[in-house]
Amino acid sequence: MRLVAENLAGERGGEILFSGLNFAVTGGEALMITGPNGAGKSTLLRIIGGLLDKAEGRIRLDDAPADFDGLVSACHYLGHLNAMKPVLSVEENLHFWQSFNGIGDYTIAEALDRVQLGDIGHLPFGYLSTGQKRRASIARLLISRRPVWLLDEPTAGLDKRSEDQFAGVMHAHLSGGGIVIAATHLPLGLDGAQELVMGRNGF
Amino acid sequence: MLALFLRDTRLGLRAGGGVLIGILFFLAVIAVVPFGVGPDLKLLARIGPAMLWIGALLATLLGLDRLFQADRDDGSLDLLIMASDRHMLALTVLVKCLAHWSTCVLPLVIASPLLGLFMNMEPAAIGATTLTLFVGTPAITLIGAVGAAVAVALPRGGLLVSVIILPLTIPVLIFGVSAAYGAVEDPAPFVAPFLILVAITLFFAVIGPLAAAAALKSSAD
Repeated sequence: MRLVAENLAGERGGEILFSGLNFAVTGGEALMITGPNGAGKSTLLRIIGGLLDKAEGRIRLDDAPADFDGLVSACHYLGHLNAMKPVLSVEENLHFWQSFNGIGDYTIAEALDRVQLGDIGHLPFGYLSTGQKRRASIARLLISRRPVWLLDEPTAGLDKRSEDQFAGVMHAHLSGGGIVIAATHLPLGLDGAQELVMGRNGF
Repeated sequence: MLALFLRDTRLGLRAGGGVLIGILFFLAVIAVVPFGVGPDLKLLARIGPAMLWIGALLATLLGLDRLFQADRDDGSLDLLIMASDRHMLALTVLVKCLAHWSTCVLPLVIASPLLGLFMNMEPAAIGATTLTLFVGTPAITLIGAVGAAVAVALPRGGLLVSVIILPLTIPVLIFGVSAAYGAVEDPAPFVAPFLILVAITLFFAVIGPLAAAAALKSSAD
């Protein structure tokens, strides 16, 4: 499996944010996208996830696993928002996403244990602290199988220990042949990750 | 898809308000009509079906702007759009409309016989009005989905949604009311306007979700 972007350009509100972007990530590799605010990191992730149209260029997933017929259907997207309903319990939220997105390698209970939320899965999502909400959102990545993870500031709000645990979660995903593409300002604890620095020409 | 339906129904019932606000608004509209029109029982009975239809229409419009806005606010909408390879987006929209209709609009239909008594309507008229509401209100929700999808990116799109879709709901209102009258007034036909009402609902069950899905796709930013 190999994710290739060629001569990619992205725009926001009619203004080109980046252009001529080339990268390739093979299964088992991670790509860190760094750069100043407004450099287009989130825009790039949303273009990969099919939520925004690219201004020009190509992006494709070669040798995708058999169950996934396109790049978008092979992606998990963890954005700034957690995509959980505050009035439903954490388990209800995860249960919905699992039935909607398909079964993964982890059951809901295992995923909650993995992010150390095993004992509060019955609470409404709205009662959780910022870091706990983020961890519940990370559990959503585990309960449905997707080879490509698009992460936008995944560790925002996490404490040091949860960051380390999340690094472990990503390592497990990578060693299973997955791809991680993360936009971040902080080191995520992934050794040997490629780095893509955006916005160098602009500022 | 069943999971989406169950989640949205659960949210509608649990989020506090959605269901009750619609019914209370409906009740308020119908309850003030006799005070405004006066104690002429014959007149009330005559305008009853029309008032029930107008009340139900306005009460349905009330909650429609939240149909996609809530999902957009918490980021779920992005994931629903991204899953469109697996679940066709139009189908997702249709399921969301069905869930919205069963939590917010079906209670109005169920409450309408009781409110019909306020209007001194005879049993046949009450039955016909309830039946036409049951058949016709899904069309309003499905038309509303298009307006809600167009206005989803606007922070205060509530009134805009109503303004966009109100002209499109007029045929539903016309045929709903004329079918309800057809059941009680002798020369007027019941079956023909009723079948047109059914056709409108079926037509928008196809067009509405497709248009709403297209609007949602282009609204992602």
